[in-house]
Amino acid sequence: MEQTINILFNGLSLSSIILLTSLGLAITFGVMRVINMAHGEFVMIGAYTTFVVQQIFSKFLPEAIGGLYYFVAIAAAFGVAFGLGSLLEKFVISRLYGREIDSLLATWGISLILQQGARSIFGSQGVNVTAPAFLSGGITLGECTFSYNRIFIILLVALCMGAVWLVMYKSNFGCQMRAVMQNRPMAQCMGINSRKVDNITFAMGSGFAGIAGCSVALLGSIDSTVGQSYIVNSFMAVVLGGVGNLAGTVIGSSIIGISSIFTENYTSSTIAKAVVLLIVIVFLQKRPQGLFVIKSRNLD
Amino acid sequence: MNITRKFLSALAAGALVLGAFGLMGCEDSKESATVKVGLLHSLTGPMAISEKSVRDAEVLAIEQINKAGGVLGKQIVFVEEDGASEPSTFATKAEKLIDIEKVVTVFGCWTSSSRKAVKPIFEEYKSLLWYPVQYEGMEMSPNIVYTGAAPNQQIVPAIEYLISKGYKKLFLLGSDYVFPRTANMIINAQAKAAGIAVVGEEYADMDQTDFAAIIAKIEAAKPDVIVNTLNGTGNVSFFKQMSEKNYSSKEYMTMSFSIAEEEVATIGPAILKGHMVSWNYYQTTSTPENEAFVAAYKAKFGEKRVTSDPAEAAYDAVYLWAEAVKVAKSFEVEAILTALKSGAISFKAPEGVVTVDGKSQHLSKPVRVGVVTDDGLIKEVFATAGPVVPDPYLTTYDWAVKAGLQPLN
Repeated sequence: MEQTINILFNGLSLSSIILLTSLGLAITFGVMRVINMAHGEFVMIGAYTTFVVQQIFSKFLPEAIGGLYYFVAIAAAFGVAFGLGSLLEKFVISRLYGREIDSLLATWGISLILQQGARSIFGSQGVNVTAPAFLSGGITLGECTFSYNRIFIILLVALCMGAVWLVMYKSNFGCQMRAVMQNRPMAQCMGINSRKVDNITFAMGSGFAGIAGCSVALLGSIDSTVGQSYIVNSFMAVVLGGVGNLAGTVIGSSIIGISSIFTENYTSSTIAKAVVLLIVIVFLQKRPQGLFVIKSRNLD
Repeated sequence: MNITRKFLSALAAGALVLGAFGLMGCEDSKESATVKVGLLHSLTGPMAISEKSVRDAEVLAIEQINKAGGVLGKQIVFVEEDGASEPSTFATKAEKLIDIEKVVTVFGCWTSSSRKAVKPIFEEYKSLLWYPVQYEGMEMSPNIVYTGAAPNQQIVPAIEYLISKGYKKLFLLGSDYVFPRTANMIINAQAKAAGIAVVGEEYADMDQTDFAAIIAKIEAAKPDVIVNTLNGTGNVSFFKQMSEKNYSSKEYMTMSFSIAEEEVATIGPAILKGHMVSWNYYQTTSTPENEAFVAAYKAKFGEKRVTSDPAEAAYDAVYLWAEAVKVAKSFEVEAILTALKSGAISFKAPEGVVTVDGKSQHLSKPVRVGVVTDDGLIKEVFATAGPVVPDPYLTTYDWAVKAGLQPLN
């Protein structure tokens, strides 16, 4: 019994981390059709931002409010990644719309530049973020221990999901965004500034990667390659869920997260990776469009 | 096209002329005053920070020897090449150092894969490499001197110590590559012979970040000690995720083979406090030689730097080479190897007296089990009575012979 609860909780926790890293990707790749290889580096930027905010807090502010650094870090990570994402879209991505292979190569190059940049600034050895006091340790119920870290990450993901849903489906901007993605010329005819919509959409996707970085920083060390270890799972989750669909991304992340924890529990971590890949391949053979398909009258 | 060809031929002619001048320059140089050695470590890439401490210790030793008058009356100069954390780069750079720079010996490498990449080159050119890091054993090249620990100088005594303290259920956790796999093969054989149980064996990918499933398996197996051969960032993730489940050294004791002072600083003493490690040397080792070594290291590279086992082994390597040269009265590799074979080359190192074992070209060195303290240093809790003779193939251990341990590839 407690083992089942453990597996479920660990699976949920891993799913939520994958979901948080793929949320931004679901926007940039899913909605805009830009294969952004530098997405993982925005996760890294978010993680390093958390580290920097913590350093500033521990140096200049009294210890009593030290724990609050984490909330500031979440906002800062979103802000920094949002800003850099906006710049990247303006100077590189916007020139490559519709040229998928080119944008793939260009963003891969950018990811290498960002990694080397991080190494030059922070050194090649990993740095470490200390979890704020209210997040260290865990709560023990019966035989199971649930760490505050992971509970917090699950809540954070739920919050981010809510925010994305509100923006995409309830706000004026979201309406414009979906209009541009579905039928660009028509949207432009209706007076929507599609350049601006593109820019903000891409920046938003990057911003959520920044928040993901913030939560990743709680779990392990931060180095220049931290984003790389999450990016493959994120792409799989988005493709599995059906490109361009938020609910699909949620289900896709859960399938990958839970099946990988479940398999690893009975085999080894290497085999678990292989099994997850196998599941994705078999699934995409049956349903190449992913779980959910958006039906539109667009002929493309 | 024509222009290109002309340009190329001009370039070639220029190169020839320059080359000729270069050769003349060589003959003119005052060769008698200096002797050239090579340093081959990663100055870039993920291994750079680890290897930097080793490289710095070698530079410190060279400077100290030069200040004391050099070797056979010659000042040592070093040529440095960057292995860039890539075994293939290590191989090219090793060839460059030996064949083009004509160095008399090389101090270098950290990872087993880089050592294995350069080994055939040193053997082919009949040159000599000093390798300063503890490793998985099962190797004995006539052209390498191993100044770090062999398995019987780190792993085996640590497990013996655990057994003597009454630990009965081991859980083996490591990164998925040759060192942890070989180490765990040895530990399995040793545990079987001692009649204690190995209740689990898990390997994590080098870039694994989520240890939840592995921790769940540890909880299910209920070991009383975790034998940890994780390397690199895996250690940070693992210990962080153990501590977020409220586990400290009280609930699950660990014995680590790849956590030294530098790693403790990264992971944080608050998390690692009370956990055990096994090495030959700690910054806190109390010998007069070590006090001088730590002081000199900090004076040269900064107060914040810590010394560690690999750095100390690298420092010893340079001094042992100088000693061998003095005994051989020659910089020739053949003569040095003969001197090493006598078994009389030793050095009063910071860790205690170390001697090159003539047969295996590993060092006899003391073994120390330590516990991480609040201030991020490591306190010795057990030490062998004297230096332990190296046995890279564990041929003097009955259980190892009986288990038929073979090198993994």
